[in-house]
Amino acid sequence: MERQGRLERNRMKKENSVVEAIELTKTFGNITAVNHVSFAVRKREFFGFLGPNGAGKTTTIRMLIGLLTPDSGVVLIDGIDIRKNPIKAKMKMGVIPEMGNIYVDLTAKQNIILSGRFYGFPKKLLEKKADELLAQFGLYERKNDLVKNFSRGMKQRVNIASAIIHDPEILFLDEPTSGLDVQSQRLIKTIVNQMNEKGTTIFLTTHNIEEANQLCTRIAIIHKGEIAVIDSPEKLRSTFDTTQSVEMSFDKTFDDKLVEENDLVNRVEKMGDRWKLYTNNPDRLVKHLTKYAEEHGLTIISLEICRPSLEDAFVKFTKP
Amino acid sequence: MKVKNLNTQFFRGIIVTTEKNIMIYYTKAPVLIFGLLFPLFMFLSFYLGRGINLSVFFPGFLAMSMFFTASSVGPLITPWEKQAGTYERLLSFPVSINTIILGDVAAGMIFGIMINVVVLIIGQIFLQYPINILYLPFATVLAAFCYSSLGVLLASPSARAPSHIMMFSSLIRFPLIFVSGIFIPLENLHGIGRVLTFLSPITYLVDLLNFSFKGKSHMSPFVDFSALFAFSVLFLWLANRFHRRNLIKGL
Repeated sequence: MERQGRLERNRMKKENSVVEAIELTKTFGNITAVNHVSFAVRKREFFGFLGPNGAGKTTTIRMLIGLLTPDSGVVLIDGIDIRKNPIKAKMKMGVIPEMGNIYVDLTAKQNIILSGRFYGFPKKLLEKKADELLAQFGLYERKNDLVKNFSRGMKQRVNIASAIIHDPEILFLDEPTSGLDVQSQRLIKTIVNQMNEKGTTIFLTTHNIEEANQLCTRIAIIHKGEIAVIDSPEKLRSTFDTTQSVEMSFDKTFDDKLVEENDLVNRVEKMGDRWKLYTNNPDRLVKHLTKYAEEHGLTIISLEICRPSLEDAFVKFTKP
Repeated sequence: MKVKNLNTQFFRGIIVTTEKNIMIYYTKAPVLIFGLLFPLFMFLSFYLGRGINLSVFFPGFLAMSMFFTASSVGPLITPWEKQAGTYERLLSFPVSINTIILGDVAAGMIFGIMINVVVLIIGQIFLQYPINILYLPFATVLAAFCYSSLGVLLASPSARAPSHIMMFSSLIRFPLIFVSGIFIPLENLHGIGRVLTFLSPITYLVDLLNFSFKGKSHMSPFVDFSALFAFSVLFLWLANRFHRRNLIKGL
């Protein structure tokens, strides 16, 4: 185990990693929440961390940010062991915890300035940076309003602005867009993406597979406390070429036998007035459906060949 | 951001945490009720209609006021932050648990000193004690530190609801008031009652205030200062242990 850990560490160093989790294990009573988890996040990478509820995502992120001490294993933040030098490591990171919140009895600007003061910024610079962030997050006009009067989306914007006031090298986001309105979701995604383009490494934990698909360059899927797979979304999808599908809908109802007893169809999913037909040969299935529609006087409303989605990969890797 | 000096970062963390606590928690209802109104009503209930000489009772009242005010903020901060979801965020800043504890202690201490300076000035207007200016400030600061540390220790159980902590805190704080030498002078106590008085950190402040105002005390001021210091160290040590143990409970 010791040798394996050393080898893993050497491999990660070569990869120019900025976050390194090496053989992390954490148990709570008889339950092993995280079991020998190792991975590395490269500099400037947009790294997604996915998993079903109770898979060990929050426990892992809490160990990465120094909130939980692992039973065994090491966390290195830009080469700094967070257990030995928590302050130095924390200076490099910004954190938006899942259950984290801001002070509702303070104004938006007071919250951001309070965060900045922990990093030792001079007052004038802090005022300037806070105003810039408030403008960037569309809250400048409300900067002196108490946060208790803000909507959930606005609170989350203040939350993120407070977490990035010190221009962190690494930003940890735990479910940042969960339960937010579409505008806030889009704004947050845009800003986080911009930060990544400017060089910030992003570690994103999310339930939203589409969000991970849009943003992340690499994804780790954790299941039952262990890493099931780490790869780029594209490669994860391509592992499931056999799960290609055709989505279709006709203007009228038709005989279910067309889809349910068809040799070309492996599996069927009914989605409202549409059907999703999983197949190994989408080309032949489309031709077959077109012919069937013509023969039975049906109008095709939609017909689309779908590649395997990241959701398919997620479901496959996290099967109970 | 680079860390130039970890000590600077440590003290900066304490100052910012203190300021945050002052901005947010001084005006909370339980702090005002348990910190200001409660000692006043306790004083009135014991003083009015009993023909007690105010100049005899005042050091005890001042000590009680210091105890309630300085220990009123600490028990609330952590459960409040856990309930509001701000504690996890606070821990993600470049601070340690000791930084947070000392920031909470400092906020309670400053609150206690501010209120008691006002009480002292009002008392002085009527009673005009010949104050010992060497002992009184030290006694005030050390006692505020000690009682505020107790307040922070009382916040360490993992309860998320501040009301649970307030009940627990009252369960600890009230007996300490009753076994101290506030209502009955130490020289009039005997047996187990007298032994119990030495277990309350309030006893030593009452004794120091008697010395500061009247020039006479039951114990040596050195013993009183040492006892307050020892209680402070004990409370801080226990607070560190319990807060560390319950760090993520209730998040």
